[in-house]
Amino acid sequence: MSRLDETFARLRAEHRTGLVAYVTAGDPDLARSAEVIRAVDRGGADVIELGVPFSDPLADGPVIQRATERALAAGTTLAKVLDLAAGLRADVAAPLVLFTYANPMVRMGITTFARRAREAGIDGVLVLDLPPEEAGEARAAFVAEGLDTIFLLSPTTSVARIRRAADLGGGFLYGISRLGVTGARADVADSAESLAARVRAETTRPLALGFGFSRPEHIRAVGQWADAAVVGSALVQVVADHAGNPDLGGEVERYVRWLRS
Amino acid sequence: MTTPTIVPTHNFGTRDPDARGYFGAFGGRFVPETLVSAVEALTEAYFEARQDPAFRAELTRLLVHYVGRPTPLWEAARLGAASGGARVFLKREDLTHTGAHKINNALGQALLAKRMGARRLIAETGAGQHGVASATAAALLGMDCVVYMGTEDMARQALNVFRMRLLGAEVRGVDSGSATLKDAINEAMRDWVATVADSYYLLGSALGPHPYPLMVREFQSVIGQEARAQILAQVGRLPDAVVASVGGGSNAMGIFDAFVDDAGVRLIGVEAGGEAITIGRHAARFAGGAEGVFQGTRTWLLQDADGNVTATHSVSAGLDYAAVGPEHAWLQSTGRAEYAWADDRAALAAFESLARLEGIVPALESAHAVAHVAALGRELGPDGVIVVNLSGRGDKDVQSVANLPGGRA
Repeated sequence: MSRLDETFARLRAEHRTGLVAYVTAGDPDLARSAEVIRAVDRGGADVIELGVPFSDPLADGPVIQRATERALAAGTTLAKVLDLAAGLRADVAAPLVLFTYANPMVRMGITTFARRAREAGIDGVLVLDLPPEEAGEARAAFVAEGLDTIFLLSPTTSVARIRRAADLGGGFLYGISRLGVTGARADVADSAESLAARVRAETTRPLALGFGFSRPEHIRAVGQWADAAVVGSALVQVVADHAGNPDLGGEVERYVRWLRS
Repeated sequence: MTTPTIVPTHNFGTRDPDARGYFGAFGGRFVPETLVSAVEALTEAYFEARQDPAFRAELTRLLVHYVGRPTPLWEAARLGAASGGARVFLKREDLTHTGAHKINNALGQALLAKRMGARRLIAETGAGQHGVASATAAALLGMDCVVYMGTEDMARQALNVFRMRLLGAEVRGVDSGSATLKDAINEAMRDWVATVADSYYLLGSALGPHPYPLMVREFQSVIGQEARAQILAQVGRLPDAVVASVGGGSNAMGIFDAFVDDAGVRLIGVEAGGEAITIGRHAARFAGGAEGVFQGTRTWLLQDADGNVTATHSVSAGLDYAAVGPEHAWLQSTGRAEYAWADDRAALAAFESLARLEGIVPALESAHAVAHVAALGRELGPDGVIVVNLSGRGDKDVQSVANLPGGRA
C-alpha cells in the first residue's frame, strides 16, 4: 500500500474530507519554498502537490503563471525541485505529489526522472499534458519505481476514459471540477457534483476535486461528493502576498489551518 | 506556353499519421484532460467532412471564387539569372485573398467549425496573417472571432491588428512569456479549455495535437497539388527542389505534400536563423533544438537543459516560434526533407532583391525561402529547376523594414 493509499484509507476511516494543497515549488525562491512546504504540512494538509515551474504553463491561470515566473526567475528547475523534496522528506508527514508538464520530465529522461523522484521520496506524479493515451512509457517507469500515477478527469471526460484512468492510475484521481484554467472562484461549480457522481459510478478509487476552491465552506461542500478538495491558486496567492514577510511560514500555516476549520 | 485549366484540389486521406496521430516518433496528443474529448470529436468530424463531397465542393467553391485560386506559378527569370542561371518558379500564394497561404486553412477549418455547430472561433497569430485569415473566414461565415496575439508581434505587425479589428474580430494582446506566437498559442488554449462547449480552436499552422498537423497540411495541400501540375505543364518535368520557409511549417507542408512520393525532388525547409545560432537569438529548431513535448505534440523544439522553452528571435514574426510541426520532424528524421536556415540579414536582402528583380514584395517569412535560392541555384546550375513557395506578400512588413536601423528602401 502506497503512502497515498494509506492517506486516503485513513480519511475514509475517519469520515474526514482531505485537503490536497498545491504550491509552486521554488516560489518565491527555493529556500523560502521549503519554509512554505513545511508550513503547509504543519497546517494539516493531507497531501502536498509540488508544482514544477515550466516556461509555458498553458493549463494555468494568472496566479500560478506569476508564481511560475517567480520560481523560474529564482533559478528553479526540475532537478532542484527534486533536491528540495529530498531535503524536506524527513520532516514532512504528508505524501508529496509532483505536478508537472511533460517536457521537463521528457528532457531529463523518463526513467531517470522516475528514479530520482523515488529517491527524493516523492509518492506520486501528475503530468498535466500527459493523458492516459500518451502516458504508457511514463506510467511503466513510475510503476517500476513504486510511484503512483495520478490522472486528471474533467467534466468532458467520457465514461470509458474515466474507467481507463481509474484502471491505469494510482493513489487518487484528480477531478477538474470546472472547465477552464486554474484559479480561485467564489463558488463551487455545479459541474463538481455531477463529475463526482459520474466518477463514483465507475470506480471506488479515491477522488480529489480541484480548480477554483479557496475557502473552508468549499472544502465542506466537496466533502459531500469526494474524498478530498484541492486548494492551489488561493494558497499560491497567500505565498505571493507574503513573499517579503519574515513570517511567510506563519501566514501560510494559518491559511491552511483555516481551510481545515 | 499553354496555360492548362487547373482546378484547386486537395490531397485528402492518402498520407495519414497512425491512429494516435504519430508521424514516426513525432506528433501525438499531449493535451490537458479537458481538451481530450474536444480533439477526439474534432478528429471524427474532420475525417467525416473530408470524405463528404458537399464539404469538399463548398471548400473548392470558396477557393476559386473567393480566394482566387489557382494561384499562378511565376517563372522569376531575373531572380533565376541572379541565382546561377537556374530556372526559379514562385508559387504565388501572396496573390490569394488576404495575401498569404493562411486563408486556405482558415476557410477549411471555419467550414468545419460551422458544420460542428460552433459559434465562435478562437485563433492565435504571429505575423497576423493567420489572424487576418481567421477574421475573414469568421466574417464570411457569420461567426464570432477572438484572436490572441503577442504584444511584441502587435507592435511589429500593427497593420494586421487594424485589419483584424476592421473585419470584426476581437484582438487580445498577450504579454506573458516572450509576448510572441508561442504565448499567443498558450492563451488561445487557455481560452479553449474554458469555452470548449461552443468554441472552435482554429490553429493556424501544422502544429499542436492530432488532428491539427494532418488537417492543416491537408487544407494547405492545394498549394502543392497546383504547383506540381503547373510545373509539369510549364517545364515538362518535376523540379529538382521545392523550397519553403518553415515556422510552424504549414506553407512548407502544403507544398511538400504533393512531392513527397517523388523521390527525385529535394524538399528544402528554411528556418529562421535570426541574428546568430545561439540560444535566444534564432528560431532554427533543427540547428539548435532537441526533441521534446510542447503545445500538444512531440517534436523538435528550442529548449534549455532543464526542458524550459527558450526565447527565440527572428526579424519575421511568423517564423519566430520555438517548435516545428511534427511532420517536419519526421521528414527530417527520415532524411526525406532537408532543413537549412537563413538569417535576418539574408532574409532582408532577399526581401529587397525580389522587389527589385521581380517587382514582388514578399512577406519576411517567404523572404527566408527566397534567400536560400541563390546558393541552391548556383549548386544546381542552369539546368536546375526550383519551385519556391512565396507564401505571402510583404505589405505588412514594409513599415517595420523601413524602421530598421540603416533606413532601408
